Amino acid sequence: MQEFFQQLANGIAWGSIYALIALGYTMVYGILRLINFAHGDVYMVGAFAAYYLAGALGVGTITSASPLMAALVLLGSMVICALLGMGIELLAYRPVRRSSRITALITAIGVSLFLENAGILVFGADPKFFPQVIAPRTITLPGGVLVTNHQIMVVVVSIVLMVGLTLFIQKTRTGKAMRAVAFNRDAASLMGIPTDRIITYTFALGSALAAAAGFLVGLTNPKIEPLMGVMPGIKAFVAAVLGGIGSIPGAMIGGLLMGISEYMVVGYLSSTYRDAIAFVILIVVLLLKPAGLLGRNVTEKV
Amino acid sequence: MFRMPRVALPLITIALFVALTGCAKRETEIKVGEYGSLTGSTATFGVSSKNGIELFVDNLNAQGGIGGKKVHVLVEDDQGKPEEAATAVNKLIAQDGVVAVLGEVASSRSLAAAPICQSAGVPMISPSSTNPKVTDVGDNIFRVCYIDPFQGMVIAKFAKNTLHFTKAAVFRDNKNDYSVGLANYFTESFHAMGGIIVSDEAYSEGDQDFKAQLTNIKSKKPEFIFVPGYYTEVGLIARQARELGLKVPMLGGDGWVSERLLEIAQDALDGSYFVNHYWEKDANPAVQGFVQNYKKRYSSTPDGLAALAYDAAGVLTHAMQGLQQKDPKAFESLSGPPNADQKAARAQLKELIAATRDYPGVTGRISLDEHRNAVKPAVFLGIQNRAYTFVATVEP
Repeated sequence: MQEFFQQLANGIAWGSIYALIALGYTMVYGILRLINFAHGDVYMVGAFAAYYLAGALGVGTITSASPLMAALVLLGSMVICALLGMGIELLAYRPVRRSSRITALITAIGVSLFLENAGILVFGADPKFFPQVIAPRTITLPGGVLVTNHQIMVVVVSIVLMVGLTLFIQKTRTGKAMRAVAFNRDAASLMGIPTDRIITYTFALGSALAAAAGFLVGLTNPKIEPLMGVMPGIKAFVAAVLGGIGSIPGAMIGGLLMGISEYMVVGYLSSTYRDAIAFVILIVVLLLKPAGLLGRNVTEKV
Repeated sequence: MFRMPRVALPLITIALFVALTGCAKRETEIKVGEYGSLTGSTATFGVSSKNGIELFVDNLNAQGGIGGKKVHVLVEDDQGKPEEAATAVNKLIAQDGVVAVLGEVASSRSLAAAPICQSAGVPMISPSSTNPKVTDVGDNIFRVCYIDPFQGMVIAKFAKNTLHFTKAAVFRDNKNDYSVGLANYFTESFHAMGGIIVSDEAYSEGDQDFKAQLTNIKSKKPEFIFVPGYYTEVGLIARQARELGLKVPMLGGDGWVSERLLEIAQDALDGSYFVNHYWEKDANPAVQGFVQNYKKRYSSTPDGLAALAYDAAGVLTHAMQGLQQKDPKAFESLSGPPNADQKAARAQLKELIAATRDYPGVTGRISLDEHRNAVKPAVFLGIQNRAYTFVATVEP
């Protein structure tokens, strides 16, 4: 039983990362009906931004590690990625906004490949070792389950960001505008909502969450490289589909389920199926409940 | 009026450039190709090998080369990807016209490139690919290191007889020919000696999180974990194992050999052991000379892969020297155009490499057997307080 709870604890920490990335997918999809395939690579840029920021601030050795500096690095990389997300939207997606959805989708794949290869060019293809901005410590939970303070941070930061996001979307004017644009863009525009600006905000917000995920992964698994976003990007996408793409609570639940199921597959089936489980889930969801767990069924007029 | 198409000018420039540089024939040079992972997740493999080869060849050229001819090494980066290794070797042979190829460290990459060398009739010497399949590709493919059946056997023996362990966990990289092969040979030998494999888990190169598999391994209570992987993942695995309270020693193969291993693992590998190809503090004057020259030039200690690459370059140029003495005319054609004469000379060179006996390398005396593999001792190193210590040399 101890193993079960150990796998569960690790699965929740790992799933929180997926949840943070999945939120970006789902927000952009909710508003633009666009699957932003470059999102996984924004997460990679977030990890590298944190890496270079930590280097510039001189944190990274155990002695200079401090929670304040860590928070600074986290916020800095979120801001950098928010700007990156806005830039991507402005340069790549806005020009094709009036074209068909397939055009935007292909553009997204193009942006993804661009970021990956630019990453290899700029950061180099060899992996970097993420500085320990917070000294690692192992904590024993009741029942003999071992977790690190980094894993706890991952879960706590994820929860804080998700709650913050939900409040932002439910309570603020911009959040309300986002919901309006997601509901019906043309009608929102007629009501005087600056849809272009709202879309830019959405990209900024989603990318900042991806950057947070990049930072947290760097902290728990200190190896970052330019192609690190490919697999988590795909899995977070599946998580968003599982939860119901377009639904924010759905993305959180989907991400957590994804992380936990990966751990359970390794624990009780075979470690070789670890990556396969994501795609099994995708196929099952598409067959049984295409709208996802929390998604609404939308009938499309043909 | 005549108007040049917009693309014409750059094209003409390129054509002129190619024609001019192509004309300047370097007939006093023997071109040798090298491919390796200068970048990517196993970057230290490629860089160490490149340094080792460079050190040997520059030294040889400074002493006059071979029969007045200099050896020119052309290096291609394969980014640590098998498909890029194939592209790199194709380019070296078809475009650059090299007469022999040196590389790779990783067996998966050597296996991708070897068929190309074999079908082109270009001898290839792998410094440090240990999977037996590599030299099985054909009679043009050689190696100057031991092979995995031997490596797996000595690790099993060391665990059983020296450390007195009977319960092993195996944690292998499922996407990697070297790792899967070595895991299987180890398992076979350890079973035969009466040991038990309590857990056999897998990961994939590039993974970041290993805690799920390590939790499984921990629940089976092994006395040690055998991790036949490459250093980047090994370092992360060690850290995460310690975070889960899994404190048993780890054992590994020559994929651990890298100056970055302990940088990643920090102190998580203290108490662990792995197999190397040589020991840098060996009292042998040849080894010490090599280590000092290397340190002087690259300001770092040469790892086992640098030493093997140094020896691979040595074995190749030794065979070239042999050819020069045996058949000067054939030797002459090695630096000439890629014609039938050169092809015949390459075939002779291949025979001479195959006949290598007792070549005095820094990693020991190198003799190639009938399967074109070197028969050499393995060196066990231990890790204590983030430093390597010599444990034992195991003769074949």
